[in-house]
Amino acid sequence: MDTKNIMIVGVGGQGSLLASKILGHLLLSQGYDVKVSEVHGMSQRGGSVVTYVRYGDKVYSPVIDKGEADYIVSFEILEAARWLSYLKKDGQIVTNTQQIDPMPVITGAAEYPSDLADKIKSAGAKIDAIDCLSAAKEAGSAKAVNIVLLGRLSHYFDIPEEAWMASLEANVPAKFLEKNKKAFELGKHSA
Amino acid sequence: MENTGKQLMLGNKAIARGLYEAGVCFISSYPGTPSTEVTEEAARYDEIYCEWAPNEKVAMEAAFGASLAGRRSFCAQKHVGLNVAADPLYTMSYTGVNAGMVVLVADDPGMHSSQNEQDSRYHAIASKVPMIEPADSEEALEFTKLAFDISEKFDTPVIIKMCTRVAHSQSVVETGERKVPEFHYEKNISKYVMMPGNAKKRHPFVEERTARLREYAETAPINKVFMGGTGAGIITSSTSYQYVREVFGDSVSVLKLGMVNPLPVDLIRDFASKVDKLYVVEELDPIIENHVKSLGIEVSGKDKLPICDEFSQNLVAKAFGKEVAEGYSIEDEIPGRPPVMCAGCPHRGLFFTLKQNKCTVLGDIGCYTLGAVPPLSTIEMTLCMGASISALHGFNKVGGEETEKKTVAVIGDSTFMHSGMTGLADIAYNQTNSTVIILDNSITGMTGHQQNPTTGYNIKGDPAGKIDLEALVKAMGIERVRVVDPYNLEECDRVIKEELAVPAPSVIISRRPCALLKYVKHNGPLKCDREKCVGCKSCMRIGCPAISMKDGKVVIDETLCVGCGVCTQLCKFGALKGEA
Repeated sequence: MDTKNIMIVGVGGQGSLLASKILGHLLLSQGYDVKVSEVHGMSQRGGSVVTYVRYGDKVYSPVIDKGEADYIVSFEILEAARWLSYLKKDGQIVTNTQQIDPMPVITGAAEYPSDLADKIKSAGAKIDAIDCLSAAKEAGSAKAVNIVLLGRLSHYFDIPEEAWMASLEANVPAKFLEKNKKAFELGKHSA
Repeated sequence: MENTGKQLMLGNKAIARGLYEAGVCFISSYPGTPSTEVTEEAARYDEIYCEWAPNEKVAMEAAFGASLAGRRSFCAQKHVGLNVAADPLYTMSYTGVNAGMVVLVADDPGMHSSQNEQDSRYHAIASKVPMIEPADSEEALEFTKLAFDISEKFDTPVIIKMCTRVAHSQSVVETGERKVPEFHYEKNISKYVMMPGNAKKRHPFVEERTARLREYAETAPINKVFMGGTGAGIITSSTSYQYVREVFGDSVSVLKLGMVNPLPVDLIRDFASKVDKLYVVEELDPIIENHVKSLGIEVSGKDKLPICDEFSQNLVAKAFGKEVAEGYSIEDEIPGRPPVMCAGCPHRGLFFTLKQNKCTVLGDIGCYTLGAVPPLSTIEMTLCMGASISALHGFNKVGGEETEKKTVAVIGDSTFMHSGMTGLADIAYNQTNSTVIILDNSITGMTGHQQNPTTGYNIKGDPAGKIDLEALVKAMGIERVRVVDPYNLEECDRVIKEELAVPAPSVIISRRPCALLKYVKHNGPLKCDREKCVGCKSCMRIGCPAISMKDGKVVIDETLCVGCGVCTQLCKFGALKGEA
């Protein structure tokens, strides 16, 4: 199998590292060779962050380049737009509709573009945009946006739900597990 | 602690696993991205003594002492940290080791979290110490164990070179058992006392050792040849190897160098003779390329590939004239999202006060470097660890009273312990009326919350010695020491004005723990009373990511706001309030 690519993009502090950890664990359990590339350090302080998950028979490069992503999982709609050039032809975006103003917008030096989901669709990209923050709150924790997104992403994969749950259990502390399982289900069945 | 068998592991964690399996007993490091997790992960093994040292030089010297005493030892640092530790490294090359000693350096091509993009291979060349370079987590684990064998066999420290993409990528590893070799300390003055007479005898040893290491490199199993035809041949290493294989698969021949100092000669000649056209693909400087050229072999490298920034598969593909895929695009300008100080960050109030007082601020290395970013835009210089204080001294010696009354240095608690003290000694000794602000947030913040000598806890979170900053500064001869709460703007303003005005050196300690520390209890988020808010944007001058404007009024993001209350001190209309 050719190498498949999942990009996880968002704002530093939103929980993308946990999402990539769960995905890496899941794909390894399915017998793939896997590489996950993370960003630590300064950009974690509220900056734009990206994590690469690659899997297949044999994975070489740890990073994903422009035009290569089969999936872009986005925690914030502006970030989906920022990394759009990385989406492969016919690739799929799964995004949270939440808007988080970056500092240049807060200071008035730039404007937050309007109607991004529609514009991305008009550009020809497949986009699945859902309100993950509301779903996460419904599940009992605003921090569970990452798990809602994974639940939604699971739609596009031919991997049994038990395997997703096993990876969730292996990577989420026991006391948060129930809320996260609920977040996963809400994400999976949102439309 | 981990089960043996196949698992996905971060490169830095794989190094830690290699240290465990190699029987390492002593680790001393100073944190620095992208090297920090090596020591943090190693500290999870009870069998290994681990510590955070005040700086990289101290860490390396402590590890040297442990090797001398007879146990395998290790220290890790980022690329610029090796500059700090260069002094012991260059002479340890002469003394050699007793038990194996390995030094890890993590470069940061692309400068994800660094102030420069130096190529640390030069340190290995200049110090004449062997350097090996893993390309993924599996190699990180295996090379770490091999490094100790090389160290003991050749009587030398060994450097493992990592880069961000290997350090912070997870790939599959297989783990093994731990074995602890034991050595005994024996007095040996001619080997371990590097005064001129002894060092003169050790230098020829170093040269002869390099020749033996080069011989080793010719057949070392970590230098691998993959033949894929006789057309193009590519010499490469580390993550560049991964990009080469990603782009070319098996369609070209590859010489993958796991040992990057000393570089082999015959192996390269032989490889070059088997292919029509030879290339070198390496990030940063043309070190392998220049070596190949010095052998009189025609080669192409930096004429195709850049010296600046990190590589990727598309970059390599384009350099070799291959087509790359294109993604989608929209017409809108996408605003940047640079990193910012967190909501509730204690540095914010202090920097706002410095801006209001139109101070010239000389900065240092840490989260607070973000004080240079709009809208605060306050820091005017950042060079290296500790430079804020020493540079302030030089600045004020030249500027005199005029600059002394409006210029300050800002430095974090950990950075002050690392190399700020010596700069303060310069101020105390050579006398400038300088004002130094220590931003004491009770942790090493930027690298992800490591303890340091002022926090009172060790790497495992257990109680440890605690250095009292006020007493330390006073003992160094600074009589004026003030402590302020950076959440209190009025207090910060008053004390900064007083200390700038007074004709004496002074230290202001701005004390408030990092807002991200788990033990810090926050107030609930603030709310904006839309009746009272007039949209004057006064509160937005502090650059808090939790505050934005919607329809001409302020909105506070409840998921970010921790209720620090700095913004409330700027609102003349009482619009920003906590829950009653």
